[in-house]
Formats: sequence, C-alpha cells, structure tokens
Amino acid sequence: MAWPSVPILKEGDVLIASIQSALTDLDLVGLRDALVTQVSTYRTRGVIVDVTALDVVDSFASRTLRDLAHMIRLRGARTVIVGIQPDVAFAMVQLGLTLEDIPTALDLEEGLAYLGAR
Amino acid sequence: MQDSNNHVTRMSSHPIRDQAASTLLSELVAHLREHRTDLRQEWAQRITKARLLTAMSEDEVFTEATAVYDQYVEALETGTFEALQAYARNLSERIIPRGVETDEVVGIVLLLRDVLARSLFAKYQHDFAKLNRILDAYEPAANRIANTVAVGFVQERERIIREQQEAIRELSTPVLQVRERLLILPIVGAIDPQRARQLTEQLLHGIRATRGKVVVMDLTGVPTVDSSIANHLVQTVEATRLLGATVIVTGLSPSIAQILVNIGVDLGKMNTVGDLQGGIEQAERLLGYKVVQITLQDETRPG
Repeated sequence: MAWPSVPILKEGDVLIASIQSALTDLDLVGLRDALVTQVSTYRTRGVIVDVTALDVVDSFASRTLRDLAHMIRLRGARTVIVGIQPDVAFAMVQLGLTLEDIPTALDLEEGLAYLGAR
Repeated sequence: MQDSNNHVTRMSSHPIRDQAASTLLSELVAHLREHRTDLRQEWAQRITKARLLTAMSEDEVFTEATAVYDQYVEALETGTFEALQAYARNLSERIIPRGVETDEVVGIVLLLRDVLARSLFAKYQHDFAKLNRILDAYEPAANRIANTVAVGFVQERERIIREQQEAIRELSTPVLQVRERLLILPIVGAIDPQRARQLTEQLLHGIRATRGKVVVMDLTGVPTVDSSIANHLVQTVEATRLLGATVIVTGLSPSIAQILVNIGVDLGKMNTVGDLQGGIEQAERLLGYKVVQITLQDETRPG
C-alpha cells in the first residue's frame, strides 16, 4: 500500500485530514479508506476534512466525500467538510453536487467549534 | 503589357509624389507657424461664436486652443499622432467632468480645420493649381487629426462610463456586516443575470472575508424574478451552505414565492422569514445573541 498522500492528524478526539494539493481519484479513495479505518483506532468522535487547497471538486470527489461521511457516521463519528472555496462552492452547486446531509464549515477553526459544540 | 506598364509608372511616381507632398507639407507648416497668433486667435473666436465649450472660461478656451493648435501643427509636420493622441486623452480627462459633450469636441476640431483651410485659400488664391496640391497634402492629414482627437475623446468617455458602471454594479449588491458573523444582503430592484452572478460572487467572497456565519438575504425590494434567476438564488443559498454559512431569505413577494414553488424548491433547504426584522431576529437567535432593551429613565432625567 502506498503512503497516503493526505496527512491525517489527531487532535484530541478529532481526526483532521488536510488536503494539500489536487488529488487523483485513487488518492481520494485512499483517503476515504484511511479515515474510515482510523476512526475506531483512536475512539474518534469527529473527522474534519479540509479542502481549502482544492480548486476543483468534481462529481467523483463529491461522491467520495459523501460516502466517506456516511461510512464514518455508521462507524459512530461525525464528519465536517471545511474550507470549500467560494468559486468551487458555486461550481459544485451548478453541477448539482450539494453535499446535502453533510455538515460544512468555513475553516478548520469553525469545524472544530462545530464538533466541540455537540 | 499595359498593366505592367501602369505598374511601373505607379511605382516610380510614388517617391516623387511623396517628396512633393512633403515639400508642400513643410511649406504649409511654415505658413501655420508664421500665422500662429492670428489663426489661433481666430479659431478661439470662432469657438466662442459657435457657443462651443461653454463650460469653460474664455481664457481656458484660449489656453487649450493654443496647446491644441501647436499639437496640431506638429502632427501635420511629423505625421505621427501619438503625442496628439496622448494630449487628446489628457484633455478629455480634464474636460469630461465639466460636462463637455462629444459634439463640442468634434466641432472645435472641425472649426480649426476650416480656419486653417480658409487661410490656405486666402494665401494661394492666385495660384489655383498650387492651392489644389496644398489641399491634397493638407486634407488627409487634417482629417486624420480630427479623427484622432474625436476618437480619443470618445474612448476616454467610454472608459469613464465603464468605470462608473463597474462602481454602480458593485454598489448594487452590498454585503454588509451588522454584527460579528452576521451579514445582510439587501437587494433592491430588478435582478438581471449579470447582477445575479455578481451578487453570488460578492456574497460568497464576503462570507469568506468576514467569516460570516449567518446571512440575511432581503428581497423586499425585488418585485419579481424569472425562473432562471430564482434558480440562481436557490443555488446561491446552497453554495453558501457549502461554505458553512446559513442563509435566511426575507421579504419574498407573492410572485417570487409562486415562482420558487413552480421550480420545485426543496423548502427544507430554504430558511425564509417574512420581513427583514424577523430575519435579523432569527439570525441573532442562531448566533446566540440576545437583544435587551434597557431602561433609560434614570439617565434621561434632567439634572
């Protein structure tokens, strides 16, 4: 198995996956599997995926993020997507990719606040 | 055979004609330099008589006339128009804010052309053939100068208009912060596709810049929208959610409400409140603010 291209950090009982650059479909699937696996390792309560660095979120990426959130929910934790850029957000909506039942937040700080509040 | 003959003649006649033309032009320029004072004076008088440039004082007209005259003669002499063009743009920049119109600028340049042509008629009236040749040299250059100045003026005006349009457009969709993390976006008047796009852009970037969490989008001033704009507004609301903020829509008119229902909006996604006040109150609740009226009785009592 290749080294995951997205570093996953542990901050208390929250896992933070901070995407640093554009990802291939394979990287995304790798990230999804890594997060879903690690959720139970540390008794994680929440997962934050930071997509600030992404200039494009296509249908595959958005579906993978949604699957990731659903799988993590089934494993007993919550997911917040943070840092979607304004232009990316509108492009996603125009493509019908609204990540409907996934919580979102402005940035990492907001995401942590969201997970801490509940 | 005849064709090639013609060709040869034309080829060989060119340098000679050019040389003749440039001799005539320099004679012309010398004439214009010599009579600079009179011609300039006459031009300024004609401008005043024709009631052009009424926004400027007589002294100003004379100063500008002098500068334009010198630039004009120089352009005639050198055949290059860059300096004149730059001057025209600079002049336009100064006089447009004072309400000088396009017809006035075109008018004064044409007047100068006429004044100079008259002086040429007067000078060469005894030698009709030479007058003709001088005019041949003068007219194309003069027309081009008139063109350059007029176009420079119009371009400058268009530039100013574009800038103003941009400013109006930005002002037309202000994103205002009323409390920490609470933004309002009042929209007044018709929304066209361009304004809709700009509205979305300003809102989304405004949210990022001010770290907004709740946005009250007030549509009280919008009588109606078509279905594509309504759709765009719904998309804006969804995009805002992706940024982690919430939109509260207020002041929807009956007509907009009907269109939103017609395009099948998922009402679970739209957070709507009747009026702006209600919207702000709900936003404050969402953000955990509590507005309390204080009693001023003690403070306002005289003495």
